[in-house]
Amino acid sequence: MSDLETFRKETRAWLEANCPPEMRRPTQSEDDTCWGGRNWKFKSDAQRLWLERMAEKGWTVPEWPREFGGGGLSRDETKILRQEMRALGCRSPLDSFGIWMLGPALLKYGSEAQKREHLPKIARGEIRWCQGYSEPGAGSDLASLQTRAEDKGDNFLVNGSKIWTSYADKADWIFCLVRTDPNAPKHEGISFVLFDMESAGVSTKPITLISGASPFCQTFFDDVLVPKANLIGTLNKGWEIAKYLLTHERDMIGGMGSTADNRSLGKIAAETMGTENGMLADTVLRGQIAALEIDAQAFRLTMERVGDMAKVGQAHPAVSSLLKYYGTELNKRRLELVMAAGGSDALEWEGKRSRNGYQARAWLRSKANSIEGGTSEVQLNIVAKRILNLPGA
Amino acid sequence: MALVLTDEQAMLRDNARGFLGKNAPIAHLRQLRDTRDPDGFSRQLWKDFVEMGWAGILVPQEYGGLGLGHVEAGVVMEELGRTLAPSPFLSTALLAASAISRGGSDAQKKKYLPRIVSGELIAALAIDETAKHRPEKTALTATRTGNGFTLNGAKTFVVDGHVADILIVAARTAGASGDNKGITLFVLDSKTKGISAERTPMVDTHNAARIKFENVSAGADAVLGKVDAGWSILEGTLNVGRAAVAAELVGASEEAFGRTVGYLRERKQFGKAIGEFQALQHRAAHLYCELEVTRSAVLKALQTLDESFDTAGAVVSLAKARAGGSATLAVQEAVQMHGGIGMTDEFDVGLFMKRVRVGQELFGDANFHADRLARLNHY
Repeated sequence: MSDLETFRKETRAWLEANCPPEMRRPTQSEDDTCWGGRNWKFKSDAQRLWLERMAEKGWTVPEWPREFGGGGLSRDETKILRQEMRALGCRSPLDSFGIWMLGPALLKYGSEAQKREHLPKIARGEIRWCQGYSEPGAGSDLASLQTRAEDKGDNFLVNGSKIWTSYADKADWIFCLVRTDPNAPKHEGISFVLFDMESAGVSTKPITLISGASPFCQTFFDDVLVPKANLIGTLNKGWEIAKYLLTHERDMIGGMGSTADNRSLGKIAAETMGTENGMLADTVLRGQIAALEIDAQAFRLTMERVGDMAKVGQAHPAVSSLLKYYGTELNKRRLELVMAAGGSDALEWEGKRSRNGYQARAWLRSKANSIEGGTSEVQLNIVAKRILNLPGA
Repeated sequence: MALVLTDEQAMLRDNARGFLGKNAPIAHLRQLRDTRDPDGFSRQLWKDFVEMGWAGILVPQEYGGLGLGHVEAGVVMEELGRTLAPSPFLSTALLAASAISRGGSDAQKKKYLPRIVSGELIAALAIDETAKHRPEKTALTATRTGNGFTLNGAKTFVVDGHVADILIVAARTAGASGDNKGITLFVLDSKTKGISAERTPMVDTHNAARIKFENVSAGADAVLGKVDAGWSILEGTLNVGRAAVAAELVGASEEAFGRTVGYLRERKQFGKAIGEFQALQHRAAHLYCELEVTRSAVLKALQTLDESFDTAGAVVSLAKARAGGSATLAVQEAVQMHGGIGMTDEFDVGLFMKRVRVGQELFGDANFHADRLARLNHY
């Protein structure tokens, strides 16, 4: 038996022994997702136990080095772990912007002390992070951000405002882009800093979205003191880190549609609408669903191929823009078809039958996918410029 | 299996690209067309393919072939797609060689495979009877006569049908049109009495024919596989063809796309390169994404044929559906973005549009394969 086969066998056995049965059922609502953090209230003992056991193995962040709370697994082992978790229906033990975005940036740009300080707490779900990127006046043109950080000796003095800060009202710390040189060209005066959301002068205001949920906030900084030790990388060179981190954000958002519900949309539609001669009664919708399923499966293969290419150094550095663009547009298409298949049932907004309008809210939420993390249009600009080398792009 | 080419496969790709670019560029297709070449392909070029071993690319080594896999076959198909080179590679080296290698008796393998490898035999697969690909609707009859069979009916869209030395024919020996049971495959000499081929020049200048079968006698030894049970060999063979054509479509669409992006960089209007206009940049970037997504599906299909031949049907349909759709978009955008010059016969880009339309139709278009996948998923 090869090492990987042995690893698969052991992993399966471990998951079977350690993943509580409740954590093997599909998530039913928002609070089934564990985000961790200082103020996290576990929905159940099973949720707590599952996080603790996975964190103990380092498997909340399987590819990170063991010294920083990771599992030290190779890419192939991580792939196997994910496959086995999917096969058993295991939920993610911990979702976190610390894992998806900040962690990779810290691993690449953080000092030894910064890594030791922050990475293990991310891995164990002890600190919940939010991202301070967009501003009311800096959306697609992110580099025009105006939040200032003035040099005050040992500290920066931060003033300004961020918007679309996911879960800022629930987060413990923020990773934040600030302008440290107002006179430099816009990409060259930006720095990347970390600070505690409990610092004096930080306040948040939730924004209610069309889905009725408030996953985003506007966040205000009023004379916030940030120790200079919390600067990541080099002063005024934060844009490089910001871009690196964005590629991870794009991969995360682009992959959303493929993990949301892995049941065939055709099967879901067949259950809700019924079939005639084994085919969906609405043949036009059937064709649209089949086309979507084809694109979705080919996209999953593309994520796999891009990963395999990265491993042998063949992936284009801007390929995350392809994944982000394609994955989010696909997810929006999927949810339009979910709504079409669900008919009037999918329109219900409240009550147990509709799980408080789960489908309608998911449909509305999906519209943000092609806006957040860089709009689809921005991704197409990046592909045109960096991959196709079109002039003036 | 990682979804990337191995070093050996990449080397084959580079060699094929170099060889075809030199020996069978698009001018080669034009010459065959403009001289109304009676064969529709170059026998010298085929001889070169034979010398490189390509005629036996899928044939097991014990019969003199290279014994390579479907990924390698797809690599060559993709390169053929880039230069639109017509050749019997698909009909003979892939379809016939695969059908006989997997479905043939020892005697049939010994009889045909070495002669395919040596270039002595050109073979064609005769399946379709109607304008749309519906293999289960096979209606050409083979009725038992003495120890053998008598075939009556007609086939259409037979690739290389008018130049083939042997034909592999799907016939109905039981059941009714629409049943996949009751279909039998026969290997016949194309000169058998009662067989007549009419070459049907197609929009893309590649070979196709209509073939009539009038009281054609076939011995029991002409049956490929088992009587009434030809479906699984046929499906397997068609899957090879579908994945191969998908790979060809990848090559054709990427070449058309590459030429288009080059044109966007060079062509100036309103005092700047047209590639500076965001309206065109976004369409080009979108198309790039579509082509990359298709490439993943096609490579996976070819790998699955190598690793798990009998379960490859679904991913092959995925690949053919994707390739048909994205290649169609690629050539439409190519002509549109080239503007007026893209409409001229003198310019090559229209030739890609023609070949892609044929490739889309061959062995089932995107709609056929979407329907097939929906059925496999019970909706």
